[in-house]
Amino acid sequence: MGAQLRVYKRRIRSVTATKKITKAMEMIAASRVVKAQRKVAASTPYATELTRAVTAVGTGSNTKHALTTQAETVVRSAVLLLTSDRGLAGAFNSNAIKAAEQLTARLEAEGKQVETYIVGRRGLAHYNFRERKVAESWSGFTDEPTYADAKKVAAPLIEAIEKETAEGGVDEIHIVFTEFVSMMTQTALDDRLLPLSLDEVAQESGAKDEILPLYDFEPSAEDVLDALLPRYVESRVYNALLQSAASKHAATRRAMKSATDNAGELIETLSRLANAARQAEITQEISEIVGGSAALADATAGSDR
Amino acid sequence: MAAELHVALVAADREVWSGEATLVVARTTSGDIGVMPGHQPLLGVLESGPVTIRTSDGGTVVAAVHGGFISFADNKLSLLAEIAELSDEIDVQSAERELERAKAEGDAHAERRADVRLRAAAAS
Repeated sequence: MGAQLRVYKRRIRSVTATKKITKAMEMIAASRVVKAQRKVAASTPYATELTRAVTAVGTGSNTKHALTTQAETVVRSAVLLLTSDRGLAGAFNSNAIKAAEQLTARLEAEGKQVETYIVGRRGLAHYNFRERKVAESWSGFTDEPTYADAKKVAAPLIEAIEKETAEGGVDEIHIVFTEFVSMMTQTALDDRLLPLSLDEVAQESGAKDEILPLYDFEPSAEDVLDALLPRYVESRVYNALLQSAASKHAATRRAMKSATDNAGELIETLSRLANAARQAEITQEISEIVGGSAALADATAGSDR
Repeated sequence: MAAELHVALVAADREVWSGEATLVVARTTSGDIGVMPGHQPLLGVLESGPVTIRTSDGGTVVAAVHGGFISFADNKLSLLAEIAELSDEIDVQSAERELERAKAEGDAHAERRADVRLRAAAAS
């Protein structure tokens, strides 16, 4: 076998192995998307009921709560950025990071200090590499987040917003995550978690036209709201984590699909080149044999004469 | 046929139980509360404790609920809990183990949780 042909054969072998790997990753990601989507759907009843309850307390009582009223001057904002632990997901992480950076720039332009909270190793690595300050970070659960993880993430945020601004607390919480629109579309977006704007919440829950009943609060509206809002934040964070996970898997699936397709194309081109090389080798061999035998025939013919 | 109310018991990550019921008893921070059809709209904070649902076909469903809310309006009752388990889902042995461990470690929170689970399992 000629050197050229051997090189092509070797490259085909290595690309075939890569293709097998990316194909497997694609299939794993595809099954995980379905699972993640199911989790998003399973968490929806809780989120909708909770949103309804928040709307009910917010509109049904005249309670002024720190978490529902806008601070007059916002000094500090918290930004929670959700990324993934692992890459191989196309532009998934960079889109989320870009959205967070845009939001940060916008908030800073409004004269607010920004504290960044990050979920996922990718985002953290990006910030650490640029030596930016990160208030807190979590990783290790982005593929399959549980409610306990959401609680863990939400706890310092709730603590920060409950603290007075002068003591280092924050006035707003923003969240940047990747919304799972469909299998093909995932968009990175930012959203203000707190303070709540009740109109928006009502609109989200589709309860705008619905007249909410006059609730009897047990023990009191303030206490209910006190207990309700942290749960609301947790549930929103949980939902965002789940959507991010689903988006990440969808992005991985897409990235791996195009990697598989590319590998297939590469194999095709390489096989064509290898075939051409083999053919050239055969042709050369034949012409060498023919030339050789002709020379031999000429030589013997010459000696006979 | 007696009046009914629709109950949905939802945990953070799934819907645990839903169906028609005639009476629901739950523990709020200010004591046990029983909700029957036609109750005044209510929104309360739940304590960790067992929730008893008397279904309209005469059966009883008991669930261990850890933290959450009860909200009732329009004959629809929602029980929102961070963690909720039906009594027949509770593994009594593991709950007992947990109770012992919590007692040994002096973890009052875990002890209460395990205790609630055991009581819910025993009540059904």
